[in-house]
Amino acid sequence: MTPKFKAQAGTFESSDIMILIEPLEKDSGRKVDISSTVILQFEEDIKKTINQVLDRLQVEGLHLIAKDKGALTQTIEARVETAVKRSLGIQEGTM
Amino acid sequence: MLYIPGNNPAMIQQAGVYGCDAVLLDLEDAVALNQKDAARILVRNMLKTVNFYDTEVCVRVNNFHTPFGLTDLEEIVPLQPDNIRFPKTETVADVKEFMKEVRRIEKEHGIKNPTMTIHVMIETAKGVANVYDIAAADPRIDAITIGGQDLTADMGIIKTPDGVGIDYARKRIVMAGKANDLDVLDTIFADVNDDEGLREETEYIKKIGFAGKALINPRQVDVVHDVFNPTENEVRKAYRVYSEFIKNKKAGIGVFAIDGKMVDAPVVQRAITVLEYAKIDLKEIEKNAG
Repeated sequence: MTPKFKAQAGTFESSDIMILIEPLEKDSGRKVDISSTVILQFEEDIKKTINQVLDRLQVEGLHLIAKDKGALTQTIEARVETAVKRSLGIQEGTM
Repeated sequence: MLYIPGNNPAMIQQAGVYGCDAVLLDLEDAVALNQKDAARILVRNMLKTVNFYDTEVCVRVNNFHTPFGLTDLEEIVPLQPDNIRFPKTETVADVKEFMKEVRRIEKEHGIKNPTMTIHVMIETAKGVANVYDIAAADPRIDAITIGGQDLTADMGIIKTPDGVGIDYARKRIVMAGKANDLDVLDTIFADVNDDEGLREETEYIKKIGFAGKALINPRQVDVVHDVFNPTENEVRKAYRVYSEFIKNKKAGIGVFAIDGKMVDAPVVQRAITVLEYAKIDLKEIEKNAG
Protein backbone atom coordinates (compact mmCIF):
# COMPACT_ATOMS: atom_id res chain seq x y z
CA MET A 1 0.00 0.00 0.00
CA THR A 2 1.04 3.57 -0.60
CA PRO A 3 0.14 6.52 1.63
CA LYS A 4 -2.43 8.88 0.18
CA PHE A 5 -2.02 11.76 2.61
CA LYS A 6 0.55 13.50 4.74
CA ALA A 7 -0.06 12.37 8.33
CA GLN A 8 1.44 12.55 11.77
CA ALA A 9 1.09 10.81 15.14
CA GLY A 10 2.65 11.18 18.57
CA THR A 11 3.94 14.17 20.49
CA PHE A 12 7.21 15.83 21.46
CA GLU A 13 6.66 14.87 25.11
CA SER A 14 9.22 12.79 26.97
CA SER A 15 8.82 9.02 26.39
CA ASP A 16 6.96 9.70 23.15
CA ILE A 17 7.90 9.92 19.49
CA MET A 18 6.52 12.14 16.74
CA ILE A 19 6.09 10.39 13.42
CA LEU A 20 5.47 12.32 10.21
CA ILE A 21 4.68 10.48 6.98
CA GLU A 22 4.75 12.02 3.51
CA PRO A 23 3.71 10.10 0.39
CA LEU A 24 6.41 9.63 -2.25
CA GLU A 25 6.16 8.88 -5.94
CA LYS A 26 5.20 5.32 -6.85
CA ASP A 27 8.10 2.80 -6.66
CA SER A 28 10.17 5.22 -4.59
CA GLY A 29 10.56 2.76 -1.72
CA ARG A 30 10.98 4.05 1.81
CA LYS A 31 13.00 6.85 3.27
CA VAL A 32 13.32 6.93 7.06
CA ASP A 33 14.94 9.85 8.93
CA ILE A 34 15.39 9.62 12.68
CA SER A 35 16.39 12.15 15.28
CA SER A 36 16.40 11.10 18.90
CA THR A 37 17.57 12.11 22.34
CA VAL A 38 19.08 8.62 22.56
CA ILE A 39 20.33 8.40 18.99
CA LEU A 40 23.80 7.10 19.87
CA GLN A 41 22.48 4.12 21.83
CA PHE A 42 19.28 3.26 20.01
CA GLU A 43 19.26 4.52 16.41
CA GLU A 44 19.41 1.03 14.92
CA ASP A 45 16.75 -0.31 17.30
CA ILE A 46 14.38 2.55 16.48
CA LYS A 47 14.95 2.09 12.75
CA LYS A 48 14.39 -1.66 13.05
CA THR A 49 11.14 -1.16 14.98
CA ILE A 50 9.84 1.38 12.45
CA ASN A 51 10.66 -0.88 9.52
CA GLN A 52 9.06 -3.89 11.18
CA VAL A 53 5.77 -1.99 11.51
CA LEU A 54 5.97 -0.75 7.91
CA ASP A 55 6.67 -4.34 6.75
CA ARG A 56 3.75 -5.71 8.77
CA LEU A 57 1.40 -3.09 7.33
CA GLN A 58 2.94 -3.59 3.86
CA VAL A 59 3.50 0.10 3.19
CA GLU A 60 5.92 1.50 0.63
CA GLY A 61 6.38 4.80 -1.16
CA LEU A 62 6.81 7.06 1.84
CA HIS A 63 9.13 9.39 3.61
CA LEU A 64 8.95 8.86 7.37
CA ILE A 65 10.43 11.41 9.74
CA ALA A 66 10.75 10.36 13.40
CA LYS A 67 11.58 12.73 16.27
CA ASP A 68 12.09 10.55 19.32
CA LYS A 69 12.12 11.57 22.97
CA GLY A 70 13.01 8.21 24.47
CA ALA A 71 9.89 6.24 23.52
CA LEU A 72 9.68 2.55 24.38
CA THR A 73 9.35 0.03 21.55
CA GLN A 74 5.58 -0.41 22.04
CA THR A 75 5.10 3.37 21.84
CA ILE A 76 7.14 3.62 18.63
CA GLU A 77 5.09 0.78 17.16
CA ALA A 78 1.83 2.47 18.17
CA ARG A 79 2.77 5.85 16.74
CA VAL A 80 4.02 4.42 13.42
CA GLU A 81 0.86 2.31 13.07
CA THR A 82 -1.33 5.33 13.81
CA ALA A 83 0.52 7.57 11.35
CA VAL A 84 0.37 4.90 8.63
CA LYS A 85 -3.35 4.30 9.10
CA ARG A 86 -3.99 8.03 9.00
CA SER A 87 -1.88 8.39 5.86
CA LEU A 88 -3.81 5.58 4.20
CA GLY A 89 -7.12 7.19 5.15
CA ILE A 90 -8.11 4.15 7.24
CA GLN A 91 -8.73 6.29 10.29
CA GLU A 92 -8.93 9.96 11.02
CA GLY A 93 -6.62 12.00 13.17
CA THR A 94 -4.58 15.14 12.88
CA MET A 95 -3.32 16.45 9.48
CA MET B 1 -8.15 4.35 41.11
CA LEU B 2 -5.84 6.67 39.20
CA TYR B 3 -7.07 7.97 35.84
CA ILE B 4 -4.37 7.99 33.17
CA PRO B 5 -4.96 9.59 29.76
CA GLY B 6 -4.77 6.87 27.13
CA ASN B 7 -2.57 8.94 24.84
CA ASN B 8 0.18 9.56 27.41
CA PRO B 9 2.89 6.89 27.06
CA ALA B 10 5.04 8.23 29.91
CA MET B 11 2.26 7.88 32.44
CA ILE B 12 1.02 4.53 31.17
CA GLN B 13 4.44 2.89 31.24
CA GLN B 14 4.88 4.01 34.88
CA ALA B 15 1.34 3.14 35.96
CA GLY B 16 2.43 0.22 38.11
CA VAL B 17 4.69 2.27 40.36
CA TYR B 18 2.35 5.02 41.55
CA GLY B 19 1.19 2.96 44.52
CA CYS B 20 -2.52 3.12 43.78
CA ASP B 21 -4.75 0.03 43.95
CA ALA B 22 -5.94 0.43 40.38
CA VAL B 23 -5.34 2.49 37.27
CA LEU B 24 -7.85 3.48 34.64
CA LEU B 25 -6.41 3.85 31.15
CA ASP B 26 -8.79 6.35 29.64
CA LEU B 27 -9.86 6.31 26.01
CA GLU B 28 -12.85 8.55 26.72
CA ASP B 29 -12.93 12.06 28.16
CA ALA B 30 -9.16 12.40 28.71
CA VAL B 31 -8.47 11.95 24.99
CA ALA B 32 -9.09 14.64 22.36
CA LEU B 33 -11.50 13.69 19.59
CA ASN B 34 -8.76 13.78 16.93
CA GLN B 35 -6.48 11.49 19.01
CA LYS B 36 -8.93 8.66 19.75
CA ASP B 37 -7.28 6.38 17.20
CA ALA B 38 -3.78 7.07 18.55
CA ALA B 39 -4.81 6.43 22.16
CA ARG B 40 -6.58 3.17 21.30
CA ILE B 41 -3.51 1.76 19.53
CA LEU B 42 -1.17 2.96 22.26
CA VAL B 43 -3.27 1.46 25.09
CA ARG B 44 -3.58 -1.81 23.18
CA ASN B 45 0.22 -2.03 22.81
CA MET B 46 0.83 -1.06 26.44
CA LEU B 47 -1.61 -3.69 27.73
CA LYS B 48 0.34 -6.31 25.81
CA THR B 49 3.77 -5.35 27.13
CA VAL B 50 3.82 -3.20 30.29
CA ASN B 51 4.19 -4.80 33.72
CA PHE B 52 1.58 -3.18 35.97
CA TYR B 53 2.76 -5.31 38.93
CA ASP B 54 -0.15 -5.85 41.34
CA THR B 55 -2.05 -2.74 40.24
CA GLU B 56 -5.48 -3.58 38.85
CA VAL B 57 -5.93 -2.30 35.29
CA CYS B 58 -9.20 -0.93 33.99
CA VAL B 59 -9.76 0.52 30.52
CA ARG B 60 -12.49 3.10 29.98
CA VAL B 61 -13.77 2.78 26.44
CA ASN B 62 -15.96 5.28 24.67
CA ASN B 63 -19.69 4.78 24.83
CA PHE B 64 -20.69 2.85 21.74
CA HIS B 65 -23.25 5.45 20.82
CA THR B 66 -20.15 7.39 19.72
CA PRO B 67 -18.20 6.51 16.53
CA PHE B 68 -15.34 5.14 18.69
CA GLY B 69 -16.95 2.78 21.21
CA LEU B 70 -17.24 -0.39 19.17
CA THR B 71 -13.72 -0.09 17.74
CA ASP B 72 -12.40 0.41 21.28
CA LEU B 73 -14.08 -2.83 22.34
CA GLU B 74 -12.70 -4.72 19.33
CA GLU B 75 -9.15 -3.75 20.32
CA ILE B 76 -9.36 -3.97 24.11
CA VAL B 77 -11.66 -6.90 24.92
CA PRO B 78 -9.34 -9.56 23.40
CA LEU B 79 -6.60 -8.41 25.81
CA GLN B 80 -8.81 -8.96 28.87
CA PRO B 81 -7.66 -6.20 31.20
CA ASP B 82 -8.88 -6.70 34.79
CA ASN B 83 -11.92 -4.56 34.05
CA ILE B 84 -13.49 -2.53 31.32
CA ARG B 85 -15.48 0.56 32.14
CA PHE B 86 -18.70 1.40 30.36
CA PRO B 87 -19.25 5.17 30.58
CA LYS B 88 -22.56 7.03 30.59
CA THR B 89 -24.62 3.95 31.32
CA GLU B 90 -28.25 5.00 31.38
CA THR B 91 -30.45 1.93 31.05
CA VAL B 92 -30.49 -1.86 31.36
CA ALA B 93 -30.78 -1.98 27.58
CA ASP B 94 -27.43 -0.13 27.36
CA VAL B 95 -25.78 -2.79 29.52
CA LYS B 96 -27.35 -5.64 27.52
CA GLU B 97 -26.18 -4.12 24.23
CA PHE B 98 -22.69 -3.54 25.64
CA MET B 99 -22.40 -7.06 27.03
CA LYS B 100 -23.66 -8.56 23.80
CA GLU B 101 -20.74 -6.96 21.96
CA VAL B 102 -18.25 -7.93 24.68
CA ARG B 103 -19.36 -11.58 24.56
CA ARG B 104 -19.34 -11.64 20.75
CA ILE B 105 -15.75 -10.38 20.66
CA GLU B 106 -14.66 -12.85 23.35
CA LYS B 107 -16.27 -15.69 21.42
CA GLU B 108 -14.61 -14.61 18.16
CA HIS B 109 -11.22 -14.65 19.93
CA GLY B 110 -11.80 -18.03 21.53
CA ILE B 111 -11.89 -16.65 25.08
CA LYS B 112 -13.87 -19.35 26.86
CA ASN B 113 -13.37 -18.29 30.48
CA PRO B 114 -13.25 -14.50 30.44
CA THR B 115 -11.76 -12.94 33.57
CA MET B 116 -12.48 -9.33 32.73
CA THR B 117 -15.18 -7.71 34.85
CA ILE B 118 -17.34 -4.72 34.02
CA HIS B 119 -17.54 -1.34 35.75
CA VAL B 120 -20.65 0.67 34.95
CA MET B 121 -20.40 4.43 35.22
CA ILE B 122 -23.40 6.56 36.11
CA GLU B 123 -23.04 10.07 34.73
CA THR B 124 -26.53 11.29 33.86
CA ALA B 125 -29.78 11.92 35.70
CA LYS B 126 -31.36 9.11 33.70
CA GLY B 127 -28.61 6.74 34.79
CA VAL B 128 -29.14 7.70 38.43
CA ALA B 129 -32.88 7.08 38.07
CA ASN B 130 -32.25 3.60 36.65
CA VAL B 131 -29.26 2.65 38.77
CA TYR B 132 -30.88 -0.17 40.77
CA ASP B 133 -31.76 -2.05 37.59
CA ILE B 134 -28.41 -1.24 35.96
CA ALA B 135 -26.47 -2.62 38.95
CA ALA B 136 -28.27 -5.94 38.59
CA ALA B 137 -28.21 -6.08 34.80
CA ASP B 138 -25.31 -8.53 34.33
CA PRO B 139 -23.40 -10.89 36.64
CA ARG B 140 -20.03 -9.67 35.31
CA ILE B 141 -20.60 -6.18 36.71
CA ASP B 142 -18.49 -5.98 39.87
CA ALA B 143 -18.26 -2.23 40.41
CA ILE B 144 -20.35 0.84 39.91
CA THR B 145 -19.06 4.36 39.83
CA ILE B 146 -20.35 7.91 39.72
CA GLY B 147 -19.04 10.42 37.20
CA GLY B 148 -19.48 13.71 39.01
CA GLN B 149 -18.31 16.05 36.27
CA ASP B 150 -20.65 14.75 33.58
CA LEU B 151 -23.50 14.32 36.05
CA THR B 152 -23.40 17.94 37.17
CA ALA B 153 -23.21 19.01 33.52
CA ASP B 154 -26.22 16.84 32.71
CA MET B 155 -28.12 18.29 35.68
CA GLY B 156 -27.22 21.84 34.66
CA ILE B 157 -25.54 22.60 37.97
CA ILE B 158 -22.02 23.43 39.14
CA LYS B 159 -20.09 20.89 41.23
CA THR B 160 -19.43 22.71 44.47
CA PRO B 161 -16.75 21.70 47.02
CA ASP B 162 -19.44 20.47 49.44
CA GLY B 163 -20.81 18.16 46.73
CA VAL B 164 -24.39 18.99 47.67
CA GLY B 165 -25.67 18.80 44.09
CA ILE B 166 -24.62 15.18 43.63
CA ASP B 167 -25.26 14.01 47.20
CA TYR B 168 -28.54 12.28 46.38
CA ALA B 169 -26.94 10.57 43.37
CA ARG B 170 -23.97 9.41 45.43
CA LYS B 171 -26.18 7.85 48.08
CA ARG B 172 -28.55 6.25 45.60
CA ILE B 173 -25.62 4.74 43.66
CA VAL B 174 -24.07 3.43 46.90
CA MET B 175 -27.34 1.72 47.85
CA ALA B 176 -27.74 0.18 44.40
CA GLY B 177 -24.18 -1.10 44.56
CA LYS B 178 -24.48 -2.48 48.08
CA ALA B 179 -27.78 -4.15 47.23
CA ASN B 180 -25.97 -6.06 44.48
CA ASP B 181 -22.71 -6.72 46.34
CA LEU B 182 -20.69 -4.40 44.08
CA ASP B 183 -17.76 -2.14 44.87
CA VAL B 184 -18.86 1.48 44.66
CA LEU B 185 -16.30 4.06 43.56
CA ASP B 186 -16.54 7.82 43.86
CA THR B 187 -15.84 10.51 41.32
CA ILE B 188 -12.65 12.56 40.92
CA PHE B 189 -11.58 15.53 43.04
CA ALA B 190 -10.51 18.07 40.45
CA ASP B 191 -8.28 20.46 42.46
CA VAL B 192 -4.93 18.67 42.72
CA ASN B 193 -3.53 21.47 44.92
CA ASP B 194 -6.21 21.14 47.59
CA ASP B 195 -5.14 18.18 49.75
CA GLU B 196 -7.38 19.22 52.63
CA GLY B 197 -10.43 19.40 50.37
CA LEU B 198 -9.57 15.98 48.97
CA ARG B 199 -9.22 14.58 52.49
CA GLU B 200 -12.58 16.03 53.60
CA GLU B 201 -14.38 14.70 50.53
CA THR B 202 -12.75 11.27 50.90
CA GLU B 203 -13.69 11.07 54.58
CA TYR B 204 -17.28 11.91 53.63
CA ILE B 205 -17.58 9.39 50.83
CA LYS B 206 -16.04 6.69 53.03
CA LYS B 207 -18.70 7.41 55.66
CA ILE B 208 -21.55 7.00 53.20
CA GLY B 209 -20.26 3.71 51.84
CA PHE B 210 -17.90 4.18 48.91
CA ALA B 211 -15.05 1.66 48.65
CA GLY B 212 -12.67 3.93 46.76
CA LYS B 213 -12.18 7.14 44.85
CA ALA B 214 -11.08 8.17 41.38
CA LEU B 215 -7.86 10.20 41.26
CA ILE B 216 -6.42 12.38 38.54
CA ASN B 217 -2.89 12.86 39.86
CA PRO B 218 -0.44 10.49 41.60
CA ARG B 219 -0.07 13.16 44.30
CA GLN B 220 -3.60 12.31 45.48
CA VAL B 221 -2.86 8.64 46.16
CA ASP B 222 -1.42 9.01 49.67
CA VAL B 223 -4.27 11.21 50.94
CA VAL B 224 -6.93 8.76 49.82
CA HIS B 225 -5.03 5.75 51.17
CA ASP B 226 -4.56 7.56 54.45
CA VAL B 227 -8.32 8.00 54.79
CA PHE B 228 -9.29 4.49 53.68
CA ASN B 229 -6.56 2.59 55.51
CA PRO B 230 -7.78 1.55 58.96
CA THR B 231 -5.82 2.84 61.96
CA GLU B 232 -3.65 0.49 64.01
CA ASN B 233 -6.21 0.65 66.82
CA GLU B 234 -9.04 -0.28 64.42
CA VAL B 235 -7.03 -3.23 63.10
CA ARG B 236 -6.18 -4.48 66.59
CA LYS B 237 -9.85 -4.25 67.63
CA ALA B 238 -11.00 -6.02 64.46
CA TYR B 239 -8.38 -8.74 64.97
CA ARG B 240 -9.64 -9.33 68.50
CA VAL B 241 -13.30 -9.40 67.41
CA TYR B 242 -12.65 -11.89 64.64
CA SER B 243 -10.39 -14.04 66.80
CA GLU B 244 -13.01 -14.22 69.58
CA PHE B 245 -15.70 -14.90 67.00
CA ILE B 246 -13.79 -17.98 65.75
CA LYS B 247 -13.26 -19.29 69.28
CA ASN B 248 -16.92 -18.78 70.22
CA LYS B 249 -18.12 -20.25 66.95
CA LYS B 250 -16.26 -23.47 67.73
CA ALA B 251 -18.02 -23.56 71.09
CA GLY B 252 -21.37 -23.11 69.33
CA ILE B 253 -21.84 -19.53 70.57
CA GLY B 254 -23.06 -16.96 68.03
CA VAL B 255 -23.35 -13.83 70.17
CA PHE B 256 -20.82 -12.89 72.84
CA ALA B 257 -19.34 -9.84 74.55
CA ILE B 258 -15.96 -8.09 74.50
CA ASP B 259 -15.30 -5.52 77.23
CA GLY B 260 -19.01 -5.51 78.03
CA LYS B 261 -20.10 -4.76 74.44
CA MET B 262 -22.21 -7.18 72.46
CA VAL B 263 -20.61 -8.76 69.40
CA ASP B 264 -23.01 -10.19 66.83
CA ALA B 265 -22.89 -10.94 63.11
CA PRO B 266 -22.88 -7.29 61.85
CA VAL B 267 -20.01 -6.42 64.23
CA VAL B 268 -18.05 -9.41 62.96
CA GLN B 269 -18.75 -8.40 59.36
CA ARG B 270 -17.42 -4.89 60.00
CA ALA B 271 -14.31 -6.40 61.61
CA ILE B 272 -13.77 -8.58 58.53
CA THR B 273 -14.04 -5.50 56.30
CA VAL B 274 -11.38 -3.70 58.37
CA LEU B 275 -9.07 -6.73 58.23
CA GLU B 276 -9.54 -7.01 54.48
CA TYR B 277 -8.65 -3.32 54.02
CA ALA B 278 -5.54 -3.98 56.13
CA LYS B 279 -4.75 -7.00 53.90
CA ILE B 280 -4.65 -9.35 56.90
CA ASP B 281 -5.14 -13.01 56.13
CA LEU B 282 -8.32 -14.23 57.86
CA LYS B 283 -7.14 -17.84 57.61
CA GLU B 284 -4.10 -16.96 59.70
CA ILE B 285 -6.34 -15.56 62.45
CA GLU B 286 -8.54 -18.66 62.26
CA LYS B 287 -5.44 -20.87 62.67
CA ASN B 288 -4.18 -18.86 65.65
CA ALA B 289 -7.61 -18.80 67.27
CA GLY B 290 -7.88 -22.55 66.99
